[in-house]
Amino acid sequence: MNTTNRGTPLVEMRDISIAFGGIKAVDHVTVDLYPGEVVGLLGHNGAGKSTLIKCLSGAYQADAGDIFINGEKVEIKDPRDARAQNIETIYQTLALADNLDAASNLFLGRELVNSFGFVDETKMEAETRKIMGRLNPNFRKFNVPVSALSGGQRQSVAIARAVYFNAKILIMDEPTAALGPHETQMVSELIQELKAQGLGIFLIEHDIHNVMKLCDRAVVMKNGQRVGTVNVNEVTDDDILGMIIAGKKPAQAV
Amino acid sequence: MTDINQNPQAAGKEEGPIGRFLRATEIDPRLIGMVGALLLIWIGFHVYAELFLGGGTFLTPRNLWNLSVQTASIGIMATGMVLVIITRNIDLSVGSIVGVTGMYMGLLQVEWLPQYLGLGHPAIWIITVIFGIVLGALIGALQGSMIAYLSIPAFIVTLGGLLIWRGVAFLAADGRTISPVDETFALIGGGPFGAIGATGSWILAAIASAGVIWMIVRGRGNRRKHGFPLRPMWAEYFMAGLGVGLIAVATWVVNAYPWPKGILKQYYEGLGQEVPEDAFISHGYAYPVIILVVVAILMTVLMTRTRFGRYVFAIGGNPEAAALSGINTRAMTVKIFTLMGALAGLAGVIGSARLNSATNALGDLDELYVIAAAVVGGTSLAGGVGTIYGAIIGALVLVSLQTGMVLIGFGDGSYRKIVIGAALVLAVYLDILYRKRLK
Ligand SMILES: Nc1ncnc2c1ncn2[C@@H]1O[C@H](COP(=O)(O)OP(=O)(O)OP(=O)(O)O)[C@@H](O)[C@H]1O
Ligand SMILES: [Mg+2]
Repeated sequence: MNTTNRGTPLVEMRDISIAFGGIKAVDHVTVDLYPGEVVGLLGHNGAGKSTLIKCLSGAYQADAGDIFINGEKVEIKDPRDARAQNIETIYQTLALADNLDAASNLFLGRELVNSFGFVDETKMEAETRKIMGRLNPNFRKFNVPVSALSGGQRQSVAIARAVYFNAKILIMDEPTAALGPHETQMVSELIQELKAQGLGIFLIEHDIHNVMKLCDRAVVMKNGQRVGTVNVNEVTDDDILGMIIAGKKPAQAV
Repeated sequence: MTDINQNPQAAGKEEGPIGRFLRATEIDPRLIGMVGALLLIWIGFHVYAELFLGGGTFLTPRNLWNLSVQTASIGIMATGMVLVIITRNIDLSVGSIVGVTGMYMGLLQVEWLPQYLGLGHPAIWIITVIFGIVLGALIGALQGSMIAYLSIPAFIVTLGGLLIWRGVAFLAADGRTISPVDETFALIGGGPFGAIGATGSWILAAIASAGVIWMIVRGRGNRRKHGFPLRPMWAEYFMAGLGVGLIAVATWVVNAYPWPKGILKQYYEGLGQEVPEDAFISHGYAYPVIILVVVAILMTVLMTRTRFGRYVFAIGGNPEAAALSGINTRAMTVKIFTLMGALAGLAGVIGSARLNSATNALGDLDELYVIAAAVVGGTSLAGGVGTIYGAIIGALVLVSLQTGMVLIGFGDGSYRKIVIGAALVLAVYLDILYRKRLK
């Protein structure tokens, strides 16, 4: 796939920097994302992947740099701004309220209300049953707090939340970390399905095979900096591992 | 569709009759525990008095009616404290807010407003009540803002508030007691004239019963519409019967407490009549109790049916997740403390009306009872968990202990403190045990 001249990117994060105390967690990183594309974000632990996407999801505000959505510069000051831009995020930490059930978490901040303005619990549960039936048909625990769910079940709740609201831009921070092989397979299929629908997806993923299988491009980070960006079908997994481990940029990379 | 009870979890799991009963009725087992403890306390005091003091005086209409009035102000504040504690905060200043709002309301209705409106003007009590609630809300908003935007811990801000507002209450009238308050205002505190009488109480009971039945029918309809499992029909009838039964018993009790002789005389003198031989005028529900019930219903709706309530629970469960979901957690903190302050202002109304005077000591130590009520009622100090009805039962437990000790002659304060302190620790320990067993 050709990475140049594809029109306006869906997302462009340009020259983003953010530091915590003295640590430059993200150091002048530029990435972009096109509709119908999956861009992998790779790097060792602490490389700055989560911090970078949190600038897009509104969890953090970058110290420097600009964000463009469909070519237009936007200010993303908090998670509400991000949601308003149809950006949905599955956080590495899942960001679930443990004391609430699946439906309450799925609709958190966007509760369905009836004509009196009261939260419509039954409707929300019905919608949750619908979407979970599609994503994880084995899911049964609708009426218990999510603290009572397994790691994988919690993850599927977080995924359902990101998928339910018709995102255009999806951020997935290690979405399969807690999933079994079957569930991981289902998430892979989901990613391909969403991609076919024209969503742009940032996928943070450590498993190199999943990266090779799912991503169109891969951005490798190291110590907060971008090592390089490659078209996945132009490189081998060893090339990518070399970038991650040694910071070695192959010839094809930009 | 027929009323088939479909319960996926039931299959394959052996369950005793109690477990089956709890699941079918969806009663929280902890509620049963709290009510059980309350009944135990009531019966304990009654039996003790029966055995050692030559007559049971606890489970009498008179005592229960007084208990209901005394619970009102702690109960009202406890409903707000639930929100504060669920969001992992604390408010130590509520007792002092009661004091300061009580003082300024006293000054307003006794010394300031009558100058312009004339003594006994019907607008005085309305202005005073609104003023007291708004003043409480403003104090709460100020404290909440400092907690939310200056990131000073709630414990510190409200500990400061505890001292500051008590000091302000003293300075407001240089330590004077202001009395008596406006006549209409005083009715809000309860008393023979501050109650709605037998007929009014039965009408209220009928409305409340209709409400209970309507909620059960509507809940069932809603679940059926979405094809969710329904409760078995006997459980629905049981819940309706229980609700209506409780309302009927409570109404019967408050109506069984007649006006004392002196009040009867005063009343009939006002009518220019002799007191009839068989005169029996019921108190009925006291105004502060009605206010408590209304507050409890509104707060329950707020917590279970509105986005605001959802956000309170979400912030308590995981503040970070709540913020990432776009909830403005700081604004929520300000709103919660504002609400708490307003409820403390309302408690100030009831407290000063009941005393028929404003003193700077009003509400002293209330913060401890209010926090204890919320915690005894199942609100978790770790955050994220709590109910309004639990807090009110908690308030009833504490006030019952307190008045019961007085009743059986341990009223000199020291024993009361020991018993209530022990009860608080015990209640929290039982709650911890219960939660452990759940896991
Ligand atoms: N809120 C914070 N405060 C201080 N330092 C932070 C904060 N968030 C991240 N960091 C630091 O920024 C750096 C990048 O962290 P980040 O979470 O982005 O790594 P990552 O690439 O997502 O790693 P992983 O693969 O382990 O998830 C780390 O050194 C981390 O310690
Ligand atoms: Mg990370």
